[in-house]
Amino acid sequence: MSKIDISSIHRGKKTNNFENETITLKVEDLNLFYGEKQALNHINMQIPQRRVTAYIGPSGCGKSTLLRCFNRMNDLVDSARIEGKILLDNNNIYDDDINVADLRRRVGMVFQKPNPFPKSIYENVAYGLRLQGINSRRILDEVVEKSLKGAALWNEVKDRLNDNALGLSGGQQQRLVIARAIAIEPEVLLLDEPASALDPISTLKIEELINDLKSDYTIIIVTHNMQQAARVSDYTAFMYLGELIEFGDTSTLFTNPSKKQTEDYITGRYG
Amino acid sequence: MAKQETRKHISHSFDIELNDLKNKVLSMGGLVEEQLANSITALIKHDIELAEQVYNNDYKINALEVSLDEESTRILAIRHPAASDLRLVMAIIKTIPDLERIGDQAERIAHMTLQMQGETPAKYFVAMSHLGEYVRQMLHNALDAFARVDVDMAVKVMHDDLKVDQEYDNISRQLITYMMEDPRIIPIALNILWSARSLERVAAHARNICEYIIYYVKGKDIRHISLDQLKEETS
Repeated sequence: MSKIDISSIHRGKKTNNFENETITLKVEDLNLFYGEKQALNHINMQIPQRRVTAYIGPSGCGKSTLLRCFNRMNDLVDSARIEGKILLDNNNIYDDDINVADLRRRVGMVFQKPNPFPKSIYENVAYGLRLQGINSRRILDEVVEKSLKGAALWNEVKDRLNDNALGLSGGQQQRLVIARAIAIEPEVLLLDEPASALDPISTLKIEELINDLKSDYTIIIVTHNMQQAARVSDYTAFMYLGELIEFGDTSTLFTNPSKKQTEDYITGRYG
Repeated sequence: MAKQETRKHISHSFDIELNDLKNKVLSMGGLVEEQLANSITALIKHDIELAEQVYNNDYKINALEVSLDEESTRILAIRHPAASDLRLVMAIIKTIPDLERIGDQAERIAHMTLQMQGETPAKYFVAMSHLGEYVRQMLHNALDAFARVDVDMAVKVMHDDLKVDQEYDNISRQLITYMMEDPRIIPIALNILWSARSLERVAAHARNICEYIIYYVKGKDIRHISLDQLKEETS
């Protein structure tokens, strides 16, 4: 009789081990002010490579603000002032000599509402490459196909690549936007509520896509849907009133959080 | 995480559902406790009527088991509980079969009582009476620990289980001696031995329930570890 292998059974072992992760992004003592109001308060954390890190927390806790710090989207807000560092591969992205356009090529972003350009499906995906001056039909064809396949949209649109992207359904548009983001092969993908405007089936497709994408990209997602964070992420950070309250392995955080505030939030008690 | 000063859920109906579930487990526990106490009394006093009553009441426990399972499944499906709520529902889902089996053991003891014909010398029941009271108290404490979310009490019950094992060994040795002295009492002695065995099982189920309570409160899985480790984990 063959013995049952129990070597994989460990007591109290976490599913993920942060110690063994390669770190892509390091946030060091980050403060952010909108005018007088402090929106982020001494944030310190590390984002592991090729993992999905989720931010959860009530509205106004600063999670989207923090997400936007990763590709300097907050530069566009006049009143925003930032202290501290964010290191991408050990270079501070807030250094003066950083080319922001270049940074945003490395750190792509997808928003809550799908925002395809009023162009064809093909041109939407090829847009980033054209901006970089790549116009070779052969290369563009290749990248468009690869990106649409990567975003799990290829089979649905391959026969109508020249149709207007606005004719796609909301879920398809969101996947198109993800395809557009990955066409320029970023290292990090920021997703701000990527599924909150979608129906449950499209949401599941996006979640499945996130799962596929994490083998190539470091993904950071902000979501109001806690179950979604629990399903798609490897690590979860809970934020409250501009502070990072708890950050850790997702399964531990959702079964046995160490902070009372986290517990109250994820169990739906008065915060 | 400490559970004592738990706040209310934003969803009031979720609070009500969880409370109802807890109360239902406790009422199932109360019924099981009563069945166990009656089965022990019936055995020791050879009260056939009481034994029959225990035997006929087991269906109530089974019915509660089914309805509690349904309710827990519904809460999992509808509420998606997380953290301590999830651990509570998990602890309850695991407590239910243990309670049901304690009920089965009480039924078995009643069955043994019904099988025993004629007078049985009282000396055979002295140790049993002691063990019965001890195990009944253990179950009572386990349910108390559940009701009051009392980890210290749960740890105590887990320690008590060791004593029950010793007591069970003593009883079997004693009964073997009686059987060697007088082979005619073997049928009765076996019935008593099996009843003692049932009590030992009840104690083990009570211990399991305490393990789930500690999981619920502390978030730690303390099954299959030594009592020394247990002390470390719960301190």
